[in-house]
Amino acid sequence: MKRKTFLKSLLGVGILATLPLAKVAHAEDPIIIGEINHYKRLAAFAEPYKKGIELRLKEVNAAGGVLGRPLEFVFRDDQGKPGEAVKIAEELMTSEGAVMLTGTILSNVGLAISSYAGEKGYVYLASEPLADALVWSAGNPYTFRLRASTHMQASMLAEAAAKTDAVKYATIAPNYAYGKDAVAAFKAALTKLRPDVEFVTEQWPALFKIDAGAEVQALERAKPDAIYNVTFGPDLAKFVREGTDRGLFDGRNVYGLLSGEPEYIDPLGDEAPEGWTVTGYPWYDLETGAEGEFVTAYQAEYSDHPRIGSLVGYMTVQSIVAALERAGSTETEAIRAAFEDLQVATPMGDITYRSIDNQSTAGAYVGTTTVSDGRGMMVDWVYKDGADYLPSDEEVRALRPAE
Amino acid sequence: MEFFVAQILTGLANASSLFLVACGLSLIFGVTRIVNFAHGSLYMIGAYTGYSLMQVLPGAVGFWGAIVVAGLVVGLVGLLIEILVLRPVYRAPELFQLVATFGVILVIQDLALMIWGPEDLLGPRAPGLRGVVRIMGEPIPKYDIALLIITPFVAVALWYLITKTRLGVLVRAATQDREMVGALGVNQSWLFTGVFALGSALAGLGGALQLPKGGADLLMDFNILAPVFVVVVIGGMGSLPGAYLAAIIISVLNVFGVSYLPQSTLVLMFVVMIVVLMIRPYGLFGREEVAGEHGQVGEPERPIKPASNTVRMVVAAGLLVLALLPLYGSHFSLVLITDVLIFCLFAASLHFLLGTGGLVSFGHAAYYGGGAYVAALLVTHVDSQMELAFLLAPFGAGLAALSIGWVCLRLTGVYFAMLTLAFAQLIWSLVFQWGDFTGGDDGLVNIWPAQWLKDTTVYFYFTLVIATSGILILRHVAHSPFGYALRAARDSERQAEATGIDTRKVRLLAFGFAGFMGGLAGALFVFSKGSVFPNELEIARSFDALIVVFLGGVKTLAGGVVGAGFFKGIEELLIRFEYWRLLMGLLIIFVVIAAPDGVVGSLRKGMERVGLRRVEDQ
Amino acid sequence: MGAVLETSGLTRNFGAIMAVDDVSFELRSGELLALIGPNGAGKSTCFNMLMGQLKPTKGRVKLGGEDITGLSPRQVWRKGVGRTFQITSTYSSMTVVENVQMSLLSHHGEILRFLPYATRQYREEALSLLALVNMADQADRHCAVLAYGDLKRMELAIALAHDPKVLLMDEPTAGMAPKERVALMKLTADIVRRKGVSVLFTEHDMDVVFAHSHRIMVLNRGALIAEGTAEDIRNNTTVREVYLGGGTIFADQGGAAHA
Repeated sequence: MKRKTFLKSLLGVGILATLPLAKVAHAEDPIIIGEINHYKRLAAFAEPYKKGIELRLKEVNAAGGVLGRPLEFVFRDDQGKPGEAVKIAEELMTSEGAVMLTGTILSNVGLAISSYAGEKGYVYLASEPLADALVWSAGNPYTFRLRASTHMQASMLAEAAAKTDAVKYATIAPNYAYGKDAVAAFKAALTKLRPDVEFVTEQWPALFKIDAGAEVQALERAKPDAIYNVTFGPDLAKFVREGTDRGLFDGRNVYGLLSGEPEYIDPLGDEAPEGWTVTGYPWYDLETGAEGEFVTAYQAEYSDHPRIGSLVGYMTVQSIVAALERAGSTETEAIRAAFEDLQVATPMGDITYRSIDNQSTAGAYVGTTTVSDGRGMMVDWVYKDGADYLPSDEEVRALRPAE
Repeated sequence: MEFFVAQILTGLANASSLFLVACGLSLIFGVTRIVNFAHGSLYMIGAYTGYSLMQVLPGAVGFWGAIVVAGLVVGLVGLLIEILVLRPVYRAPELFQLVATFGVILVIQDLALMIWGPEDLLGPRAPGLRGVVRIMGEPIPKYDIALLIITPFVAVALWYLITKTRLGVLVRAATQDREMVGALGVNQSWLFTGVFALGSALAGLGGALQLPKGGADLLMDFNILAPVFVVVVIGGMGSLPGAYLAAIIISVLNVFGVSYLPQSTLVLMFVVMIVVLMIRPYGLFGREEVAGEHGQVGEPERPIKPASNTVRMVVAAGLLVLALLPLYGSHFSLVLITDVLIFCLFAASLHFLLGTGGLVSFGHAAYYGGGAYVAALLVTHVDSQMELAFLLAPFGAGLAALSIGWVCLRLTGVYFAMLTLAFAQLIWSLVFQWGDFTGGDDGLVNIWPAQWLKDTTVYFYFTLVIATSGILILRHVAHSPFGYALRAARDSERQAEATGIDTRKVRLLAFGFAGFMGGLAGALFVFSKGSVFPNELEIARSFDALIVVFLGGVKTLAGGVVGAGFFKGIEELLIRFEYWRLLMGLLIIFVVIAAPDGVVGSLRKGMERVGLRRVEDQ
Repeated sequence: MGAVLETSGLTRNFGAIMAVDDVSFELRSGELLALIGPNGAGKSTCFNMLMGQLKPTKGRVKLGGEDITGLSPRQVWRKGVGRTFQITSTYSSMTVVENVQMSLLSHHGEILRFLPYATRQYREEALSLLALVNMADQADRHCAVLAYGDLKRMELAIALAHDPKVLLMDEPTAGMAPKERVALMKLTADIVRRKGVSVLFTEHDMDVVFAHSHRIMVLNRGALIAEGTAEDIRNNTTVREVYLGGGTIFADQGGAAHA
């Protein structure tokens, strides 16, 4: 009896899984892109990203779609679990009729999908995850990455740091892979430019469980000239508050990876740190050109300002459309080949998906933080082209597994 | 010296929220014996409510008023939870209530997202308490000083309530002997409700009080949960002074850990917990648990019988239907059923410990993830053949289970459960931290099966054979002399020992065996996904299995497998909805209330009632 | 025959309290020996030391001449000592016969076997043990639904499973109706006679004690104050003093149980 119930439930799921089968493509059928993200786990990040996608989709389909067919994204929540994401990837590709995959913010989920895509031969555009491993040590021919990686953004900050006369550096980063990569990349880039610098302490709070008071005390005790921060989210808010109260940032240069992105700086309101050198997204200053058009269109559509995720989402659709058009078909191999050396015109300017490591040359905005109108902003910012912060071809070839 | 003092003060200020949340949890456990996993959610509601109130209430009065009102509001939420969700299931098997509280967590997560939106909220500053005071030259935030004063005040107020009032007398009496309170003519259910509301209010207060040091976000419910449980366990479950002392110990040690061992942030408190439980098995101020208190209470489990021929035929037919899936199912259905089968084996292995052995392990993911990692590490580092890695994985997991079990089996009940959780967390942090070897949270990727197994259909059959065999072996072992000895040890350790059964040895072997089977599931998992990440070792993964085993029915042999199949299937359906956590949470609560014997147990009873199944000897 | 179980100078103190003080006695083969005494006299402590639950502070316990002092309950059981508990202690999730089979499996060293079905092992043997205690007709019932008296009899069958030389029974008739008590002790006496087991038991019910025991020992404040036949004990003035007003208990007629 008990067995029977069990089997029934199994069967139920099985039959259910067979339902969306038997789809034959017609010319007017949409081209489907499978999108996997952490809509519940990281809602604050995933939602603006999704809006960016939907904005561009609307524009594309209004202009007649791609290859004469409408473009459609199927959005799925993976709960932030890599195993779940892999299952969804398979479902999207085999049951939902997706022609390729995209999405994820968390690096580990991105790496799981990438590995699966490489094995099964599915094209995967890793839109937001930053891990260097995605295109280098764990890279594969089917995985492409849009956003400027940890290495690239850390190198931009290191370049700015190298111009100062600070010698003693302290770092604080969440105790997980992204934090470790970000610190390692910054240290490597800075030491290369300034062999005389010294790292006096490294702090590793547990992600989203920072003990800010203690961290600030520990940093203060090391008496650094400058601080490199990688914490984000609620950790950053607590760190900034304690650090400001206890005078940690007074008279010190502070570098904040991603700290200027609206996702990170907006929640801080008027307590955003001032005078930090950060990578981020100064949408408020972007009024002209492609950059400005995107901001205007986004604000008109949603009555809300874009976040960096919104821009990435928008550029994701642009990249996929460009690849499909270049491929001229929805076959996996054609799409994969089309992504290599693909050039895409985006609000950030023209970017290229390098065939050597499948990394796009999208860059980042680097500037200094200030508080204005009760919120944190970047001033004196410049856009740095990602192409300038990637290692040489020989280095890349050494990093990537042989194909 | 100045630095030292400043660090102590920081630690004491940090202890504040932790203590408030922990003492609420401890109080609830002491009186109602409910392990309230939703306590972190109550803390989160406190923070959000406090935030919203501070937006509308002006000035210092508004600020402090908002904190108090937030506490009251959360107390009210607790009251509702107790009456609507927990009261109907007090008679259910022990620890079953924790499944209900798990449902509450899911519901509150989605409700909070609906009400307050996804963005992190920065907590408002306390009026007049911005900035620092200098103590011995070291800057200490003014609000820290305020917390240092408030916490002892609350602690003393609680102490007064517990030691000097009639309510306190009842609470203490209930902590010692629940039946006694009933015998004294006190309305026990209202006492429980009151205590649950009080404990909730304290959690809400803790959430609101920490606002000026942080804020409110959607992940704070889970983030506070682990430290709070550690504090409660170290202090001794049910002991308020214990919770106070433990909160201070953990917070102060953490501050020193940050300064002198910056990499220790993940694991420090679990190490402290293990050390304390090794020396004092019931925490600093805990009371020894009465034997059987957390074992099989309520209606005794029914005798088990080898499957009848009819049942065997039905199972065989079912397996045949599954085996033919590639003929009528979609490609994806194979992937899905592979996932479900793996999860069923994982749940069945936990069920063996929990049901047959009466050993509540909160850290079973250590063996599931452990098996996956053993295989992945072999493939990554020694380039092992897939077959060999697959074979060795369960042995690795079994070995881990034996060593962890060897230590944990000195304890019983909730302390045993907590110790298994601490060890699982230790393994998790080891894997997480040791990036060079384990890949850290970037995991190990490209762990693919051998050439002959690469095809999805072939791997489906492979999983079907291995998982089904594993489940059938687990089931058979429950019927073997060993399984009977395990049940004997569970039913009456005294009688078992008095008739020559080495209960510790039997339990230890059971632990190793369940770990082995969990590891087998993990090995199937890693080769089906091609990668493994530390989240397969997480507390959440352990609870996935725990929940389905309870929902399926602890006291029925098929409970684990049926629960796993049933709920995995439902989750697959619900996850397509935007607010699927809300639906899942409500479903869990519904099942807990409607089927207190679990799905299988309640189905069986239902069939007996309508006469479809013979009532055996009641 | 000589002594099957023997203690010499058995002593146990809990801090300053002397629970058992220098107790020496022997249990002879085939004997039903009662250990009585007022509440708190040290009977349970004494029993727990014999079974290995408690380690004696001083003194030895010998089984058939072999020193078994300080062995664990498991080891003591393996040496051939069975026991029943004051409050029944059974495997409530099993059937009656399975409860007995567990003991048999343990006796035959088959606890760690994974392959056979436990219910099929030693079933016949278990059934004959149940027949011995007149429980054969209830063999396949769920033991959780049994009446208390039946549980007691089942426990007796469990205790007899490994053919013990010695049976220790802690208040075997506690919690039973008077009629059942007599029946149970009669059954026990029969089994003792038939199987040649030696029994040491504690008991509160004096009727039971006087009707069935061959010999009686009286414990007070941890020390043995009297030992002898029912007649001896009944006439012992020290014992009378210990049991205040005990004269009514110690009726003149020996066969009170049959009254």
